[in-house]
Amino acid sequence: MPKVKVDGVEIDVPNGATVLQACELAGKEIPRFCYHERLSIAGNCRMCLVEVKPGPPKPQASCALPATEGQEIRTDSEMVKKAREGVMEFLLINHPLDCPICDQGGECDLQDQSVAYGRGASRYDENKRAVTEKYMGPLIKTQMTRCIHCTRCVRFSEEIAGVDEIGALYRGENMQITTYLEHAAKHEMSANVIDLCPVGALTSRPYAFEARPWELKKTLGIDVSDATGANIRIDARGREVLRVLPRNNDDVNEEWISDKARYMVDGLTKRRLDKPFLRRDGKLVAASWNEAFAAIATLNPGSSIGVIAGDMVDCETMFAAKKLVGALGSTLIEGRQTGMDYATDSLAAVNFNTTFSGIETADAILIAGSNVRWEAPLLNVRLRKAVKRGAKVFLVGPEWETTFGGEFLGEDLSVLGNLPQAVVDALSNAKRPAVILGGAALGRGGLEAGLALAGQFNLVRDLEDGTKWNGFNVLHMAASRMGGLMLGYAQKGGIADLVAAKPKVLIALGADEVDYTRFAGSMIVYIGHHGDKGAHAADVILPAAAYTEKAGTYVNTEGRVQWSDKAVFAPGDAREDWTILRALADAFGVTVGFDSFDQLRDAMIAEVPALGSEGLADYGSVLPSGGGSAAGQIAYPIKDFYMTNPIARASAVMQRCSAELLHGEDLAEAAE
Amino acid sequence: MADRYIEPDSPELRARWGNFAWTAENAEKAKDIVSRYPAGRQRSAVMPLLDLAQRQVGAELNTQGWLPIPVMEYIAAYLDMPVIRVVEVASFYTMYNIAPIGRFHVQVCGTTPCMLRGSDDLLETCKSRGMKKGHISEDGLWSFTEVECMGNCASAPMVQINDDNYEDLTSDRLNAVLDALARGETPKAGTQDPARHTVEPVGEPTNLVAMITENHDYRSEW
Repeated sequence: MPKVKVDGVEIDVPNGATVLQACELAGKEIPRFCYHERLSIAGNCRMCLVEVKPGPPKPQASCALPATEGQEIRTDSEMVKKAREGVMEFLLINHPLDCPICDQGGECDLQDQSVAYGRGASRYDENKRAVTEKYMGPLIKTQMTRCIHCTRCVRFSEEIAGVDEIGALYRGENMQITTYLEHAAKHEMSANVIDLCPVGALTSRPYAFEARPWELKKTLGIDVSDATGANIRIDARGREVLRVLPRNNDDVNEEWISDKARYMVDGLTKRRLDKPFLRRDGKLVAASWNEAFAAIATLNPGSSIGVIAGDMVDCETMFAAKKLVGALGSTLIEGRQTGMDYATDSLAAVNFNTTFSGIETADAILIAGSNVRWEAPLLNVRLRKAVKRGAKVFLVGPEWETTFGGEFLGEDLSVLGNLPQAVVDALSNAKRPAVILGGAALGRGGLEAGLALAGQFNLVRDLEDGTKWNGFNVLHMAASRMGGLMLGYAQKGGIADLVAAKPKVLIALGADEVDYTRFAGSMIVYIGHHGDKGAHAADVILPAAAYTEKAGTYVNTEGRVQWSDKAVFAPGDAREDWTILRALADAFGVTVGFDSFDQLRDAMIAEVPALGSEGLADYGSVLPSGGGSAAGQIAYPIKDFYMTNPIARASAVMQRCSAELLHGEDLAEAAE
Repeated sequence: MADRYIEPDSPELRARWGNFAWTAENAEKAKDIVSRYPAGRQRSAVMPLLDLAQRQVGAELNTQGWLPIPVMEYIAAYLDMPVIRVVEVASFYTMYNIAPIGRFHVQVCGTTPCMLRGSDDLLETCKSRGMKKGHISEDGLWSFTEVECMGNCASAPMVQINDDNYEDLTSDRLNAVLDALARGETPKAGTQDPARHTVEPVGEPTNLVAMITENHDYRSEW
């Protein structure tokens, strides 16, 4: 713990800290462009200059200078002020003065820092450099004349994403940032470079010229595009969500989100269900809420009613639906839309127990049946970190392009019961072994085989440092999955139990992946927000709110309980889901025990107390013993990363990504 | 340098260079170069290999050679590294030609010592022979670049043509060299001053004259 003096104040800094970090610990703001906590240190913008004694009598780049015992650091001297002004003046030499037409305006590091640390005016009256625009795909808009060569985007794609696609060509003043031959950036996390870019060189293409940051209402939310539960900030103006940005949460998403989470929001205004519909003579006809409820009231299902929850619904909605059918005397509730029927007696056996930040420290990982890049891009980033620390990764399933190497062992589930000796050795010798089962490896005995491995390799153990390690993980793909399982949305035989029960009425809570032909005899009441597959099969459509339009509780695949706030109102006649379910209770003539959202939430927490506190729910560490044999060819459920949910399917941006990045269609660029 | 650009990727370029592969001789050399680096650090061989590839292309075209995109991709595949990293290196160093080049690559040094000794005349001479910065002359014989210091300041001004340096130039001497090259001859490289062998002092030494007769250095031998 070296002791350093920052502006005369002595502080202790951790070993290995840089001078910049020491200054931050002392509460001093150090301007910077190239330095970023999660990327390697480049030291090429020179904005973080400070005066350090002992050392050469000139300002030093604090981001790349280790803090050592007895240093005297000045951030407020005349030398530092002059140095910052000089660097800023040099940076602005070739930076265009186009802030009024730049999308970064108002949230631009260069703008803010030139006001805070720059000179009042430029002394440069030569011609400025101009750089041709580079094509980086449908998500990233470039304006490379604005680039200040911080290389954050290059370091992100190389270090975090693991796909070397962005580079710096030429040299000196002529340096240009580009993708190889201007191909589109194809990684699922590519748009994070937009947040990293400290200037307006890389901006969001779909959000181009939409709004200024100060016009936006910012709401804290949770992403529902996959089961990682990334923390997001929803930026809305009026009734429209304009963009989604990541929030910092080191335990979940660090500060990244996937491109789908970021860009599917334009789907929130397309193909929306904004009024109730009733099926009359085989056709869906618009109706009023009163007509819809009057029609439902005539159904008289009695206890012959079931609920299927979709992938994106919140816990409150699921709980309200459970209460509704419970009041009618039914327990037919199921969330696993595609017919999975794995045992859910122990939630620890279907949870990502290691946690995302924990998996970084694993030293041997076996992944079965998961295309992690598509099913949980944020986890893929963690796996890459683990491999960088020396972890060995083995995968079972058809080959996909990993960003961290790894060895594919075979495409059949039977490999789990018959691991090669090298893998057995690696897992048994590992201090922190982990197994990750994806959706494709849960059925056909896969979960039991995985649990058998957990026993064989002693995945649940106490580590030498006294902490507990649980290396058994299940990686889900639906944001509602863990919450649904906590609320009991699982039948023993999966959805087949509902089919067998032939319910008179089937309530579909935004369930769009269900094979509704199996429910031909049921009246299907669809409560959801998009006119997708579920709505097509429905007999009654009740328009509800999407994830940005209601407050809700979500539990991610780690069992982490998180709350999301309401950013905007649902369009048209659409209402929040719980109000619809409450009104249905009146239509059916039963009471559910709540009249307001707070009462609903209280009732839910009373029943499942773990949903009442933010953070990891405790499922215990006792795993069932498993056993048996698994067999069957693994097929990943996600065929198209950009088209996995009704919001994304409605989104023009996601459709374009799918066509261009996955199906290789060449889309002509409209003249701007 | 501002005139440097990467020859755009085109079907014609792919057709011409798409099946680039080491010649038997160069394959040996490449293997030898890669083996100089520790295991796992083969990427470090990217610079010598780019040079080797440029020379192989040059041998095929009878020029100094250049690096078409497919050739850079070949090197990337050979070293199992991302193509963008190869392109970064090739575009950074001006000794790699990233666009087609004429029979002779005339690189005139324009940095201060050469400029003081008359490099402006040399630039003028080149221009009068139809050379244009960053372009190939119409007869395909000359490519012309103005470069920064090549480290021949003691015999300034100088010009580098392909692998050889021609020093102590005047407009006439440069014309003589260029004429000889155009005729297919190989003029003597190095200083073009008949009074000089190499970069020894012209006439009597004027510096360190006291050292001629007696050693004043702290080392016993000088």
